[in-house]
Amino acid sequence: MSDITSGKAPKPSLWSKHKIFETNSIILIIGILVVISIGGLVEIAPLFYLKSTIEKVEGMRPYTPLELAGRAIYVREGCYNCHSQMIRPMRDEVERYGHYSLAAESMYDKPFQWGSKRTGPDLARVGGKYSDAWQLQHLNAPRSIVPQSIMPGYPFLAQTDLAANDIATEMKVQSVTGVPYTKEMMEAALDDLRAQTDPDHPKAAEFAKRYPKANARDFDGNPQRITEADALIAYLQVLGTLVDFKTYDNKANLR
Amino acid sequence: MADTTHNTHAELDAVSGQTTTGHSWDGIKELNTPLPRWWLWTFYLTIIWSIGYWVVYPAWPLISSHTTGLFGYSSRAEVAQDLRDLEARRDLQAAVLKTAELEQIRNDPTLLRLAVARGKAAFGDNCAGCHGLGGAGGNTYPNLTDDEWIWGGTLADISTTINHGIRWDQDTNSRMSQMLAFGRTGTLKAAEISTVVEYTRSLAKLDVANGADLAAGAKLFAENCASCHGDQAKGNKELGAPDLTDAIWLYGNSRAAMIETVTNGRGGIMPAWTGRLDPVTIKALTVYVHSLGGGQK
Repeated sequence: MSDITSGKAPKPSLWSKHKIFETNSIILIIGILVVISIGGLVEIAPLFYLKSTIEKVEGMRPYTPLELAGRAIYVREGCYNCHSQMIRPMRDEVERYGHYSLAAESMYDKPFQWGSKRTGPDLARVGGKYSDAWQLQHLNAPRSIVPQSIMPGYPFLAQTDLAANDIATEMKVQSVTGVPYTKEMMEAALDDLRAQTDPDHPKAAEFAKRYPKANARDFDGNPQRITEADALIAYLQVLGTLVDFKTYDNKANLR
Repeated sequence: MADTTHNTHAELDAVSGQTTTGHSWDGIKELNTPLPRWWLWTFYLTIIWSIGYWVVYPAWPLISSHTTGLFGYSSRAEVAQDLRDLEARRDLQAAVLKTAELEQIRNDPTLLRLAVARGKAAFGDNCAGCHGLGGAGGNTYPNLTDDEWIWGGTLADISTTINHGIRWDQDTNSRMSQMLAFGRTGTLKAAEISTVVEYTRSLAKLDVANGADLAAGAKLFAENCASCHGDQAKGNKELGAPDLTDAIWLYGNSRAAMIETVTNGRGGIMPAWTGRLDPVTIKALTVYVHSLGGGQK
């Protein structure tokens, strides 16, 4: 700065080297990338190796094929535009929604559905809060059940057969990103999907073994068909219910 | 390429009276307009502030953990403390709710007021989605403000229902009994269903189709329905079988609705709230629901 404004001839100092960046856009871009990478390495990379990032919990399992299909519908319909899935560690949130969300609870969510905008309530622990029939009626016509609601209706979900033929591929993609789906799980994906909607399905026992404690029933009140509503309700009913908080050590996970 | 000359000699600009940076692109020179001093110093201050922040709060990731800051701040510890403070504040007035029996709360005006206040808030967050903000139900969800109870309206009954839910299969103590699907399972034929529906309509003083065989309906009722709904169709709260002689019809009293009921059975589902809500809140909810108008001794 001073060598320019003072009008003296510049010394060949490091400071004067900024001209190299200012006059060569490729070098400037490389410089920007280097600086941002440093920020990323310091702020993001540690989250992948620090053991304390994800709490030790019991009960987390990957989504079942049906839940995974329901999650895809949740994303497709843009539910995340109005509903977050993260209960923040604050008194009012814990009072209303239950235990604050843990990192472990979204470790198989690719991508996560945390969100920061709530036009509707947080859904991180909506699983088991309402009956399937309530969820179905609420999806069909929200104001028939919550008069003050401004949520749009999704009546077509219960009328649309679930397109699930590519669910094994979807699981494969998820496994590439780190969700521990086994080969066996992927091969049995379609059977598992059907078995979850029908407790009398011949493969129901195998399904229960692969996905312990998963809800298995007809979710949309129509046992003849597997609809998008089946998948979405199965997904909603599992949200926030997997971690066993009886065995979770709050004190060990303070941060 | 632009003609880029790096004139290192800053000049004084005649028009603005400012110096130039000494750079010149295609003959265009650049005024040297430094950032306002206050802005620059604010910027430097934020840098200094961040250093203080790193020292006081958890900040830098390390190899196996992170810097924890001078006072070991933790947002999770903070919310735990907030919740303890909240409980302490509530205890100032309402500690006795923890130990008091439901009957005792019901009969003590002060305790009742405390329980109702707390119950009402919890009801809005957790129950209103189905039973409505005022508890009047609708849409196949029972009205909690009248004195017609499917599973019983005493404090103990209400407490059991809230704690364990209705037909909630994750709770082993849930109330599980369920109406049979008489038509779907083939127990009754379509004509028999119509007959028993007409008979049931006669019990409830609803209009009955001309020429309905009420005697046959009574026989079918005695054979198929009375075991749960009772010989007089007055219902059985142990089994969640509603009174069929009154004017309250959760699933409608049109012929079509009643035929659907007998054909496929009915059975609402309510989640169990044990575990989701703390015991004192469930107590308060019990007393609140009991106080809505239909509470029974």
